[in-house]
Amino acid sequence: MTEATTQPAEATPYLKPLPEPTTASKPYWDAAREHRLLIQRSKKTGEYVFYPRIVSPFGIDDELEWVEVSGRGTVYTYTVAHRPTGPQWANDGPYVIAIIALEEGPRMTANVVECDPKDVHIGMPVVATYDDVTPEVTLVQFRPA
Amino acid sequence: MSLRGKTAIVGVAEFKPSRYTEGETTLGMLAKVASQAIADAGLELREVDGMIVESFAEAPFMAPATLIEYLGMTCRFSEVIDLGGATGAGMISRAAAAISAGLCETVVCTTATRREKRSTSGPKRTASSGFTGRLVDRTPTAEFEVPYGAIGANYGYAMIAHRYTHEYPLSPEQLAKIAVAQRYNACHNPDALFYGQPITVDDVLNSPMIVEPLRLLEIVMPVAGAAAVVVTKAENAARLPHRPAYVLAAGERTTHKTITYAPSLTDTAIRGAADDAFKMAGVRREDIDVASLYDCYTITVLLTLEDAGFAEKGRGGEFVDSHNLQFDGDFPLNPHGGQLSFGQAGTAGGMSHVTEAARQIMGRGEARQVRECEFAFVNGNGGIMSDQVSLVLGANR
Repeated sequence: MTEATTQPAEATPYLKPLPEPTTASKPYWDAAREHRLLIQRSKKTGEYVFYPRIVSPFGIDDELEWVEVSGRGTVYTYTVAHRPTGPQWANDGPYVIAIIALEEGPRMTANVVECDPKDVHIGMPVVATYDDVTPEVTLVQFRPA
Repeated sequence: MSLRGKTAIVGVAEFKPSRYTEGETTLGMLAKVASQAIADAGLELREVDGMIVESFAEAPFMAPATLIEYLGMTCRFSEVIDLGGATGAGMISRAAAAISAGLCETVVCTTATRREKRSTSGPKRTASSGFTGRLVDRTPTAEFEVPYGAIGANYGYAMIAHRYTHEYPLSPEQLAKIAVAQRYNACHNPDALFYGQPITVDDVLNSPMIVEPLRLLEIVMPVAGAAAVVVTKAENAARLPHRPAYVLAAGERTTHKTITYAPSLTDTAIRGAADDAFKMAGVRREDIDVASLYDCYTITVLLTLEDAGFAEKGRGGEFVDSHNLQFDGDFPLNPHGGQLSFGQAGTAGGMSHVTEAARQIMGRGEARQVRECEFAFVNGNGGIMSDQVSLVLGANR
């Protein structure tokens, strides 16, 4: 279902900003490192929510539980950055920043990779892919399904 | 309790935007523009008992106290407003609320942004610094957006524009017309950054693609500048030198910080803010003589025209085609040129929509004065369609 994109051991150091996992998000990042997508779900309403939280946005009497999800979704919207959005992206050429609508409902931002930016369109089916950018951090990305 | 007619804008001041400042402090700029606005209102510093400011470069905390001390003031009401681009409009609503509640009588609302050449690329400027250059970590944004290059605002508005054109008809020419009309206005405002530089629809469409589908001339130019507004009790206003611009209403909505998590990308929180403001003012959309709409991008204006209720949802493009948005047209929009052509001096850029609306009501629009200007609608927009503050100003209580 998902496909790993790993870096060779001798790769140049990863210079882009890295996430700093918190007590709320550690299960998400631990799962990403195992190439699994874990998000939270309301025990009360069954609705999913992203990003990870320690308090439920669905009600003060609610609790959130972690659930492994399919990693499937569609491109809700996107842009192709022709100018870098940050200095660390200066040499990346045009790249896609997208909001992905997961089939479970929540939206998350990621890059759409492994395809020509010209082929990306709204509604395009995508699936999670995992980029092991450092030994500690794996970024969840999306590629055409 | 309604704010209607209880307060008025009686003084404004604004610096001509510049690309860079050299050796200035934001504190000094704030003090200078605040003093100018107070003088414009015909008041003395000691007659102002309220200070509203944003946190600024030299005062990331204790901002009001820092500025009050610098100006030798004594205030009964001090506040920091943190609503991004809606900060200017939000300052006015809070000044009106504080005065109406009897906490103080006259408030100076002050914004300024310095901008030095080296500050754009120094070692402190990291990708996680977001909009302001301040370092922030352990935020959802730093953790879930920044690693993907989702930094700044351009990408977010581009994603909104793409989604909009997926859901509704809108041509690049229609978006470009917004930028062209505002440039026409700026060419009647010697203080505008792009004064004397008219543009055409073709110029916009031929300008470099930055983040699809937004081109260079659809994106604001960051500049340095400052703006301040004095709000006082309506009872005080009549004896002051300028015709007052009465605060008739305010409305506000916030639903998200990051566009990923917005309830909708195309039906925005402006709707609730504007509905509340029009209801409080008792004014109809068709009564508005000038619209002063936050315009960080052309798509922002289009969404505001719809969600503030001037155009039907999905028909903003048609509205742009069927109206003349110039200050001398049938739907005067951003007579000062908007931030697209006046320049975006941080939150002072957002405040420029307040100062311009007030000047138009006061009859101080000079070469760009909108004729018979009785009612103005202002919308401030912070972040990526995050914080929305709508105001209605009027020539009469």
